[in-house]
Amino acid sequence: MLTTFINLFNFEGVGDYFPDLMRGAAISLQLTFCVMLIALPLGLLLALAKIGRSRILRIAASFYIEVVRGTPCLLQLFYIYFVLPAFGIRFDPFMAGVIGLSINYSAYLAEVYRAGIAAIPHGQVEAAKALGMSRRKMLRLIILPQAIRVVVPPLGNYCISLFKDTSLVSIVTVRELIFTGQIISSTNFQYFTVFTIIGAIYLFFSYPAALFVRYLEKRMAIGARRPAIVPTDVAPVAATEAVEGASKS
Amino acid sequence: MIRLDCINKHYGAHHVLKDVSLTVDKAEVVCVIGPSGSGKSTMLRCINNMEEIGSGTISIDGQPVYRYERDGKLVVDSEKQIEAIRAKVGMVFQSFNLFPHLTVTENITVAPIHVLGRSRGEATDIALALLEKVGLAQKAQAYPHELSGGQQQRVAIARALAMRPKAILFDEVTSALDPELVGEVLRVMRALADDGMTMVVVTHEMGFAREVSDRVVFMADGRIVESGKPHELFSAPQQERTRDFLRSVLERNKEMSAASR
Repeated sequence: MLTTFINLFNFEGVGDYFPDLMRGAAISLQLTFCVMLIALPLGLLLALAKIGRSRILRIAASFYIEVVRGTPCLLQLFYIYFVLPAFGIRFDPFMAGVIGLSINYSAYLAEVYRAGIAAIPHGQVEAAKALGMSRRKMLRLIILPQAIRVVVPPLGNYCISLFKDTSLVSIVTVRELIFTGQIISSTNFQYFTVFTIIGAIYLFFSYPAALFVRYLEKRMAIGARRPAIVPTDVAPVAATEAVEGASKS
Repeated sequence: MIRLDCINKHYGAHHVLKDVSLTVDKAEVVCVIGPSGSGKSTMLRCINNMEEIGSGTISIDGQPVYRYERDGKLVVDSEKQIEAIRAKVGMVFQSFNLFPHLTVTENITVAPIHVLGRSRGEATDIALALLEKVGLAQKAQAYPHELSGGQQQRVAIARALAMRPKAILFDEVTSALDPELVGEVLRVMRALADDGMTMVVVTHEMGFAREVSDRVVFMADGRIVESGKPHELFSAPQQERTRDFLRSVLERNKEMSAASR
């Protein structure tokens, strides 16, 4: 078994196409970063709209979330890349990918935030109210700072799953890892070698990230202490900014 | 200071408050006792509009508040007005409800800073003085989960005091505490009463009601059955319902002390 595996593995020419793969990986990472930058604050806004008092905003947010979660991400990407041009709205592949994934992930993240906010005991709301706080102040000073602690681990997991989901945008010809692999293997026919290397590259990034999320999970679970450091991962930092940004308004 | 006039409230078909009228004067300490489900907490929560009343009028400082009739028209206070009243009427809860992500000092300063607009320095000075008063100066930088229940409740009282309230509502504040921690909280409340704070105290602590309050109100089935000076109400209750309740409480206390012997 192992010998077959090694025999199948063909190192010929790896040196030539490996830099291409790394460029693909860089695109995948860029996509992840850009999408999180948009989806983290957008998801929070959607969650706030959904729990807010404006009926119109509540309905609009629910509609958005249900439509997005009820349709495949691939379809959303097709729509943006192939259907919108018919209405004169055109994006380059990378932009289309960022927009499609952002729309998709913001809907899922909204539910994460909403659940995090719902997890805060009602006594906190009562105490804040009894001190004369307005809804907005209560949200900013009492509810969101506690909810963030609850949602950071799941947000981290979504960040990792987004990194893998960036492979979806190969369908709109973004030259991320998978698409690059397809191009390379369709000329040298070394499917096994190329896609194994790609798998290893995905793991190389996602496994340490998963370990980091697990570490965060443990950290957040200990007491209710404020984290002494701001987590350095992309997702949590953006999340804190998102919260502050959204609550200042 | 606080006046309830013929308050009625329903939860669905359940009539929880029936024609409840109560006046609390400035610097008066009123204890509300009664069996669970008698509506005493609900009445308390109506005073700062944590629960909305069905009918009747609540007045604070001589002003009708929340929703009331003026010249035959229904007036409903805006949220801002309700918030302003809540900032003047403190509340302490059974389950403390300290903010777990803030230190003890921050718990006390957050509302004075963000609701009253005090400066951080001024609010912190007030907080430290209040912590001194409730005997927790050394815990200023601790987080709530590092404190015992009794300490948390004392911080909650300091948090309410930091708003310089005209009155404080206490909602069964010792019911969630281990018996050996009840005393430290009651001592703080007694000191407040001695300072002339206006207090409405829903409690199961008959000793406290008897010794500290100016007036005891007995509630059952959503009604105020009887009220009077503590020594009158405890030693010579006028109503059968009050006698039954006091007798059952007395027996329970006896059983408990017999069991612990």
